[in-house]
Amino acid sequence: MNTNHRNGEVRIGFYICHCGHNIAGMVDCPAVAHYIAKLPGVVVSRDYKYMCSDPGQELIQQDIREHQLNRVVVASCSPLLHEHTFRNAVAAGGLNPFYFQMVNIREHDSWVCTDRGEATAKAKSLSHAAVCRVRFHRALETTRVPIHPDVLVVGGGIAGIHAALTLGNAGKKVYLVERDPSIGGHMAQFDKTFPTLDCAACILTPKMSAVRAHENITLWSYSEVVKVSGYVGNYTVTVKRKPRYVNEELCVGCLECIQACIYKEGKFPDEFNVGLSKRKPIYIPFPQAVPPVVVIDPERCLQVRTGKCKKTCLEACADRKAIDFTQKEELVEIKVGNIIVATGFKLFDAKRIPQYGYGLYPNVVTAIELERLVNSSGPTAGEIVLRDGRPPKSVGMILCVGSRDMKTNRWCSRTCCMHSMKLAQLVREHTDADVTVFYMDIRAPGKGCEEFYDKSLKEGIQFVRGRVAEVTDWALAPEEEGKLVIRVEDTLAGFVRRIPVDMIVLATGMEPQADAQEVRRLFNMSCGTEGWFLEKHPKLAPVSTFTDGVFIAGCCQGPKDIPDSIAQSGAAAAEAMALIDKGYIEQEPNTAYIVEADCSGCKSCIPLCPYTAISFDDAKQKAQINEALCKGCGTCVAACPSASIRQNLFEDEEIFSEIEGVLAYV
Amino acid sequence: MKYSYFPGCSLKGLGRAYEESLLPVMQHLGVELVELDDWNCCGATAYMSVDETKAAVLAARNLAIAEKAGPHDLMAPCSACYLVLNKTKHNIADFPEINAAVQRALGNANLTYSGNVPVRHPLDVLVHDVGLDAIKEKVVRPLKGLKVAPYYGCQTVRPYATFDDAWNPTTMDRLLATVGAEVVHFPLKTKCCGGSLTGTVPEAGLRLTYILLKEAVRRGADVIATACPLCQFNLDAYQDQINRRWGPARIATVYFTQLMGLAFGLSPKQLGLKRNFVPMKPLPAEPATV
Amino acid sequence: MSDPKWQPRIVAFFCNWCTYTAADLAGVSRLKHASNARVIRLMCSGRVDPQFILDALAKGADGVLIGGCHLGDCHYGEGNYKTLRRFQMLQRLLRDMGIEDQRVRLEWISASEGERVKTVINDMVEQIRALGPLNLPQRRQDWDREMTPLAEAAGESESAEQRAEPEAAHA
Repeated sequence: MNTNHRNGEVRIGFYICHCGHNIAGMVDCPAVAHYIAKLPGVVVSRDYKYMCSDPGQELIQQDIREHQLNRVVVASCSPLLHEHTFRNAVAAGGLNPFYFQMVNIREHDSWVCTDRGEATAKAKSLSHAAVCRVRFHRALETTRVPIHPDVLVVGGGIAGIHAALTLGNAGKKVYLVERDPSIGGHMAQFDKTFPTLDCAACILTPKMSAVRAHENITLWSYSEVVKVSGYVGNYTVTVKRKPRYVNEELCVGCLECIQACIYKEGKFPDEFNVGLSKRKPIYIPFPQAVPPVVVIDPERCLQVRTGKCKKTCLEACADRKAIDFTQKEELVEIKVGNIIVATGFKLFDAKRIPQYGYGLYPNVVTAIELERLVNSSGPTAGEIVLRDGRPPKSVGMILCVGSRDMKTNRWCSRTCCMHSMKLAQLVREHTDADVTVFYMDIRAPGKGCEEFYDKSLKEGIQFVRGRVAEVTDWALAPEEEGKLVIRVEDTLAGFVRRIPVDMIVLATGMEPQADAQEVRRLFNMSCGTEGWFLEKHPKLAPVSTFTDGVFIAGCCQGPKDIPDSIAQSGAAAAEAMALIDKGYIEQEPNTAYIVEADCSGCKSCIPLCPYTAISFDDAKQKAQINEALCKGCGTCVAACPSASIRQNLFEDEEIFSEIEGVLAYV
Repeated sequence: MKYSYFPGCSLKGLGRAYEESLLPVMQHLGVELVELDDWNCCGATAYMSVDETKAAVLAARNLAIAEKAGPHDLMAPCSACYLVLNKTKHNIADFPEINAAVQRALGNANLTYSGNVPVRHPLDVLVHDVGLDAIKEKVVRPLKGLKVAPYYGCQTVRPYATFDDAWNPTTMDRLLATVGAEVVHFPLKTKCCGGSLTGTVPEAGLRLTYILLKEAVRRGADVIATACPLCQFNLDAYQDQINRRWGPARIATVYFTQLMGLAFGLSPKQLGLKRNFVPMKPLPAEPATV
Repeated sequence: MSDPKWQPRIVAFFCNWCTYTAADLAGVSRLKHASNARVIRLMCSGRVDPQFILDALAKGADGVLIGGCHLGDCHYGEGNYKTLRRFQMLQRLLRDMGIEDQRVRLEWISASEGERVKTVINDMVEQIRALGPLNLPQRRQDWDREMTPLAEAAGESESAEQRAEPEAAHA
């Protein structure tokens, strides 16, 4: 049939792309073009090397003009990659872009087939299907969805902070929601950062203060996102503000209340110092916390738990009256157009590798614990000491703890080699201990990082290439008595060594946050197989997700260092800004619509729509669809018993013809 | 609870103290052990190194007999037998050639093997089937004040660690704690004792034994508890030689079942404790009862 | 008996956000698999009308595969639950017709599960290869053979009823 009863004579242009060798290496493209040329309605059938290139696109445009094509089919890569490209090319050629259909013969065919004959047969049948389908296409217009200019940034680590500042500086209103009582994230716990050995606090705290002072940023710390509904440009988000029992507006951060607490000294593990010191139930996470407001731990504070306390903290704050035990959890609803998720990472639990003795031997610490020891505002005021207070004379650093490991995590955590060398240099600086780094490979790819490795070698840090088998406390020789012994195969020297040290530092790897699965469902995102949030495309779209208007940045997308986190967060902010400044987003016209005459008013469709786009018109006794709310899933279309609901771009006749076409070539 | 019981050569020979203590302890707990009729040597580590297929056939005969004996799990207390029987099960399941040879050979003896008999270690049975609570109830003389270093050896955890953690097994630790003993922290609990090397290359094998003895003493243990006849023998029988060659280290090594028996109030003689080369020190005096 | 050159033909309806993307990932990762599945892209597995499945079988497919997001992960919230319900109803119908379960299959495959796309397709092709072609013409003959005596028996009892109670027939 080369006529479409609605659209008159159909004139189809078919193009099969070689994609260099990617498709042509397995599919006989000229043969496919030859086969398609014989199908009714096909006026032009060509094969070409790179259809997505300028000349390729011009070929289509030329043919539209010269051959009066009113349908175009391109058989090449995945539509997820280039459908947009070709639709634009068709539009530029003067034809409505929705008269276009794409055939995936690369990702679904040439790249997964091992037999030329089978691959070519598959290409023929898939192309045949598209040619049948495209007959039924109609001219459609994209709809525009306005974009609310406000942005939500979830996560107040360096990535979230940078995104908030970038957007705030561009004049956009930003909500920055952070679940801990202070922003700063993991970076706030670092001492010096590689490769420049900048002080982390010195470069971070100005940014943290800027967030607080910024007129366009609303900082909600000690808060969590609990509900997200809507779609790109129009998100409604519910944020739970947890009660600090301290009024943020009134507290000036004098810390008198902490002094006055009935607990004379700290009793509970201090989270910021990763349990190396203790804090009271009323505390401030760290001195430079933003907001500089005290917080009361509801699970540890006597007053909150039992109601029976002298409340010496209240007395201490008599003039400001900032402490308020009547505070309750608050749910706030906001409307934003875009969301940037920058929720960061968690560290591997070293107890999962019992061979290394973490938790068993007191002088086995993790890298972050050493980081706190080294830091001058840490639990030992910057003194690197063993648990008994003595400085170590020898330190062993074990890399890849929970990374590159078939038994725990397969990936490389990217930052630990540099992080460990930095700590090694700091240990040498603070003490004159011998430091030996046990590695499988040293990865130092960033700017200045290889040079940092050289510097480490020059400073006399020893490197032993071998995966440490175990850390043990039994001595074979007198010099091992009282020390921890590292047993490792030195693969460069070629034999097994026992190396006694005073202190062992485990470079624990990065992992997705424990609640990554819940969080990603909240924002309608996916996670990759390893649990990191899934980007839209690993190379071309690393900060976008499959949900328009939701972006990811920083370590929640995968392990990375500070420069890369900032780069990604800037990228995410730019993507959001692009949408906001344009003011609208063009939606695929794949919405459902009702042919009123056919609707019997059975109401089967009404409860099916997750966007409540379908309602019932009592006067007419017919269902009706609000096109602005419809997202184009097609569930109601499949359900309608009288087929009176149709879907643009996915009409029944289009699908049926595709089925027929796909089975036509044997 | 009923189990088929495979003693293996050692429990009838050098390791008879293991059987002498295991049987009364199991009986005391109401666990019925039925010795396999006409069992044969499992081949241990030796035969497997020589001919894997024939070794599988030899071991599989026991599995076939066990299958015929009834639907009960098979308990193999000797760690080597335990490992060999399990390895044989794996080999038969994973390698069709071995399976074919085994079925053929068994066929000649009118036996079949379908792969369904679980092979269990007494530590597994005691902790997971009998349960620590039931064991605690039978304790009449808690081993209070007795410091024990739990030594598992390698074969119950390598290459398969089915009932306990491969790196840090705790079934014996928990069992000993249940009978009142003070369990000493012993990170060498799965480190090789030297195995057969103590006989063939003593310089290497006995050195490994020495390390275990030395550390147990250093950590204040009064006695080492083992679950394997060869470990027990290595640790027990060569201490004079070891002391001469490497250094002082004198400590008794017993089977964990012997300690359990003592806690149940059974007599040392009945439990085979007289068979030790290095005798166990008497138990600490019972705390005075009011 | 089937033609020795016969290859199973499977029509696959994949949802754009999860399974289609996973199939792309399989391609990008060069995970070679059987070429018998022809993918038709839909936005959501909820768009799969049971008529599509029956039409595919009627037009010569030996099997139909539907791929969607894991339950709870549908890009549109709940579409895949509807697919599941419809599939279970359809499966009962197909069983009544004597069409083997392995021929119409519903799989949840997420965007990062390229490996699963490969295993599911390979697996399904092998299962259908073992079952042989759907061979609808033969089945239609079988159904006719089944129906004719049933229809005759029904006809007899109906006329017997009419003879017994001529009034009741027009209630």
